[in-house]
Amino acid sequence: MKSAVTMTVNGAPRTAEVEPRTLLVHLLREHLNLTGTHVGCDTSNCGACTVWLDDEAVKACTVLAVQAHGHEVTTIEGIAANGDLHPMQRAFHEHHGLQCGYCTPGMIMTAIKLVEAVPAPSDEEIRRGLEGNLCRCTGYENIVAAVRAASEVRV
Amino acid sequence: MAATVEQGKGIGVAALRKEDRKFLTGRGRYVDDLKLPGMLHMAIVRSQFPHAAITGIETSAAMAMPGVTAVLTGDDLEFAAGVPCASNPTGQMVHPTRPPLAKGRVRHVGEPIAVVIAADRYTARDAADAVEVGYAELPAVLGVEAALADGAPRVHEELDSNVGLVLAHRTDGVDEAFARADVVCEATIRNQRLIHVPIETRGVVADWNPASDELVVTSSTQVPHFLRTFLAIVCGVSEAKVRAIAPDVGGGFGAKLNAYAEEFIAAAASRKVGAPVKWIEERSEAMLATCHGRAQIAHMSLAATKDGKVLGMRAHYVQDYGSYLQMLTPLISQLTFLMSPGAYAIPEVDVKVTNVYTNTVPTDALRGAGRPEATHAIERSMDMLAGELGMSRTEIRRRNFPSEFPFTSAIGLQYDSGDYGKTLDRLLELSDDRETFARRREEAAARGKLLGRGLSTWVEVCGFVPSDVARNALGLTPGGWESSTVRMHPTGKATVITGTSPHGQGHATSWSQIVETELGVPFDDVEVIHGDTAFAPYGLGTYGSRSLAVGGTAVHLAATKVRDKARLVAAQMLEASPDDLDFSGGVFAVKGSPDKRTTIQEVAFRAWQAFGMPEGVTPGLDETVFFDPPNCVFPFGAHGCEVEVDRDTGKVEITSYIAVDDCGNVVNPMIVDGQVHGGVVHGIGQALYEEAEYDSGGQLVTGTLVDYLIPSAADVPHIETHRTVTPSPTNPLGVKGIGEAGTIASTPAVVSAVCDAVGARDLDMPLQPMKVWDAIQKGGAR
Repeated sequence: MKSAVTMTVNGAPRTAEVEPRTLLVHLLREHLNLTGTHVGCDTSNCGACTVWLDDEAVKACTVLAVQAHGHEVTTIEGIAANGDLHPMQRAFHEHHGLQCGYCTPGMIMTAIKLVEAVPAPSDEEIRRGLEGNLCRCTGYENIVAAVRAASEVRV
Repeated sequence: MAATVEQGKGIGVAALRKEDRKFLTGRGRYVDDLKLPGMLHMAIVRSQFPHAAITGIETSAAMAMPGVTAVLTGDDLEFAAGVPCASNPTGQMVHPTRPPLAKGRVRHVGEPIAVVIAADRYTARDAADAVEVGYAELPAVLGVEAALADGAPRVHEELDSNVGLVLAHRTDGVDEAFARADVVCEATIRNQRLIHVPIETRGVVADWNPASDELVVTSSTQVPHFLRTFLAIVCGVSEAKVRAIAPDVGGGFGAKLNAYAEEFIAAAASRKVGAPVKWIEERSEAMLATCHGRAQIAHMSLAATKDGKVLGMRAHYVQDYGSYLQMLTPLISQLTFLMSPGAYAIPEVDVKVTNVYTNTVPTDALRGAGRPEATHAIERSMDMLAGELGMSRTEIRRRNFPSEFPFTSAIGLQYDSGDYGKTLDRLLELSDDRETFARRREEAAARGKLLGRGLSTWVEVCGFVPSDVARNALGLTPGGWESSTVRMHPTGKATVITGTSPHGQGHATSWSQIVETELGVPFDDVEVIHGDTAFAPYGLGTYGSRSLAVGGTAVHLAATKVRDKARLVAAQMLEASPDDLDFSGGVFAVKGSPDKRTTIQEVAFRAWQAFGMPEGVTPGLDETVFFDPPNCVFPFGAHGCEVEVDRDTGKVEITSYIAVDDCGNVVNPMIVDGQVHGGVVHGIGQALYEEAEYDSGGQLVTGTLVDYLIPSAADVPHIETHRTVTPSPTNPLGVKGIGEAGTIASTPAVVSAVCDAVGARDLDMPLQPMKVWDAIQKGGAR
C-alpha cells in the first residue's frame, strides 16, 4: 500500500516509499530527516511547517507527500547559500526576530515569499502577509522589523 | 556595579544572540527531532466525559493491528506515587491522589485512560482510535458556581466538598476603614480561563535501559531537574539513575513548568516494552490536556476618601483549580493573594481566596501566574474608583503609590525598590497629547470610530524566593535558589553551566555577557550549557521571571569566585601580593607597574598545569555557586494604550501601545525589549481574543487553534518600549525580572482603553466584537 514519491528537495533528487496519507511535513521530517520544518498545530493555523512547493509558500501539514511528487520542495535547510545566511535569516538575527526559534523556519519561508510578492511592503502589508504564521514569543514586533529590513536589502 | 556599557559585549550591551544561528537554519534540536534506535511511538486514549467511572477497556482490536506493540491501561503500569504537586500553602491541604493513567475514574475530558505503543505515529493514532472504553457517566461540576452550590456532586470523594483550600488574611482595622470611607467601590472582575499555546506542544522521549536500569527522559520542559526528581519518585527508581534533558524547547509560558502524567507514562511504558518511547502531543490534544491558566473571579471592594486615598480593600477571589492539582496549582492563586494590593499602599485589607475543584483540565502557571489576575482586579478597581470620584485615572494611582522603599504591604511582602511615580510620569510625557486626543476623538467619531485611552500601573513579585520564605510563607516543597558553574579551560575559553532552563529567553547570550564583564573572557569564548541533569548541578529551571535575578546572579557569583582564585594564581605568577593587582578587561597588572601583567587566559593555563601554585590553592579554575536570594525582586511600570472601536461592529483596534518598565539594571536591552513585546501581546490576547470554553456537557469547545484565537501579527499593534532604572538591592547585579511584565500590564491597560472608548464602567474579557458591540448598544458610548 506504499507509494513511491520522487521530488527535488533543496536542489537534490529524493525518493521515498510512503503511505498515500503521509503528509509532506512528515515525509520531510521523518523520511528525509529535514527536521527544521516544524509542526505546531493540526488545523493549518500556525504555519510552523511552511515550506516552498515549487515557487509557492505552502503549509506542509496540509499537503500530502504524493502531491509533491515530481515537484520541487525547498525547506529552511535549503536557503542559506554556501554557508552564508539568506538576507531574511540575517535580518531575523540582527533584529532579534526570534526567541524560542520554533516558529522561525516557517516564518522565514513565508517572509521571503512575502517580500518577493510585495517588494517594499508597508508594516501593515507585512503584518497581513504573516497572518498565517503564529509566534507566541516575540509579539511580532521584531519579526516585522526584520522583514522590513530584509525587504530593504533586496531593493 | 553593572549596567555600565563596557567595551565588547559585556553587561548592558544589546549583543545579538549567540543561540540564533541553529534556529535560523533549521538546526535546532527539539524533542520531536530526536530518533533513537528501536524507538516506538505512543498515542493516548483520553476520556470523552468530564466525570465517569470506567466500566471496561477493550483493547483487542487495537492490539490486533499490524505495527502495534502494546496497549497499556492503568492496570498495566504500576507507579510508586501519583502525579505530584509541590505546593501546599497551609501545610494542611489534602492533595487528592491522581494516578498518571486513570484507574477506574476520570475527572475531566482529556484525562489519559490508555496508551498505544506502536511502530510509527500514524499506526499508534489509528490503534488508539480502536480502543473501546466503557463509561458510566457521573454528574459533573463545570464552573465554580456549580461546584460551590449546595449538594453539588463532588469531584473528589475523598474530600468533604469541592473547596480545595481557603486562604485568608485580614488586618485589624479593615472594618473601621470601610466605616469611615467616603466612597466604597465594588466590582466583580473575571479572569477567563486561558490556554498557553506555546507553538511547540509538549513532547517526550523516554528511554529506559533494561540492562542498567537507567532512565533518560528528554522532554519539552522548563524544569528538567524537577522532572528528574519526580520521575524518580513516581516511577520508583533511584534519582541517581535518572537523567532528564530539556533539549531546545519551543516556548513554555508555564505550560511546561510541570511534571505531567504523560512524562511518567512514557517512562513506565518504555520500561514495560523495553524500547525507547516517543510521545508528541497533537495540538488539539494540547488544548484538551495540557494545564490551563487563569480561571479566577475577583470580588473587589475599595474603601476610599473623597480625595482618592484608598483606606481599605476587600478582595475575595474564587479560583478554579480544575480537576486535579498539577505541580504548582495551589501556588497560583496564592500569588494573586500576595499581590492583591498591586502597586498601592493600602493600609487595611481583607483578602480571601476560595479554591475550587471542577471537572475541567487542571489550572496552573500561565505567564504571570496569579499576578496578572491580581493586577487586573486591582487596576480595574482603581479605574472604577476614579470614575466614581470623578478623578483622573492617573491621579487616583499617584495618590496611592507607596512613598518609600523598601515598602511592606499590608499582606506582609516587602517590595525591594521602586519609584512608581517615575514610570507613570514617563508614560504621560510620552503620550501627552490631551488636546490633540480630544480633536482626534471627534474626528474618529465622524467616521464611526470610538477612541479610548487606558493605562495600568503594575508591580510584580518575581525572582522568588528565599528558600525559607518558600517553605514558611508559601508552603512550597522546593526553595528558590539557583546554581551555576563557571569553568575556565586550559586554552582560555569558558563554559558556564546553569541551572536555569531557557526556552527563548536568550540565557546563552546574557550569561556570556555577565562572564565577559566579570572575567574579561570575550563573549564569543563563552559557551553556556543548560537543561541536562547529567552535566549540571541541581537547578530549579526557568519560570516566574526568576532566571536573571537568581540564576544570572549565580553566574555572576561563580565568575567572581573564579576571578578571586585567579587573582591568587596571578599574584604568584607576577611575584606580587594579590592586593597589589588591578584587574580589568581580563588582565591582572601590578599596581604602578602595568607592564607586569598576565591575562585571565594565561592564569587559567597555569592553574590547569598547577605548577607553582600558591600555598593552599587547588588546581583549576572551576567554581560552582548556589545562590539563595535574601528577598524577591519587584519590577514595575506603567503601560498605556489607545484603541479605536468600530461603532457598528464592536471590533477593537489598538492604535498605539507604550510600555514604560523598570526591571532594575539591564544586561541585554534587546532581549529585555523582546520579552516586553511578547508579554504585551500575550496580554492583548487575553484582553481581546482568548478564552477556553467548556459547554454544558463538559466538552472543550475551543479545542483547536481555529476556535481558540491567539493573536497573529495582523491583530496586534506596534509596541513602543521605554525604561527607567531602579536597581534591586537584593542581588549584586541590581537586576529584576521582565519575562511576565508585559502580560501583567497589558490586559488591564487594554480593557481600560476599551471601557473609555465605549463609556463602560467595566467589561469582562475577552473583548470580542459581540461583547463590545453589546456594550455600545447598552448606551454610554460616546
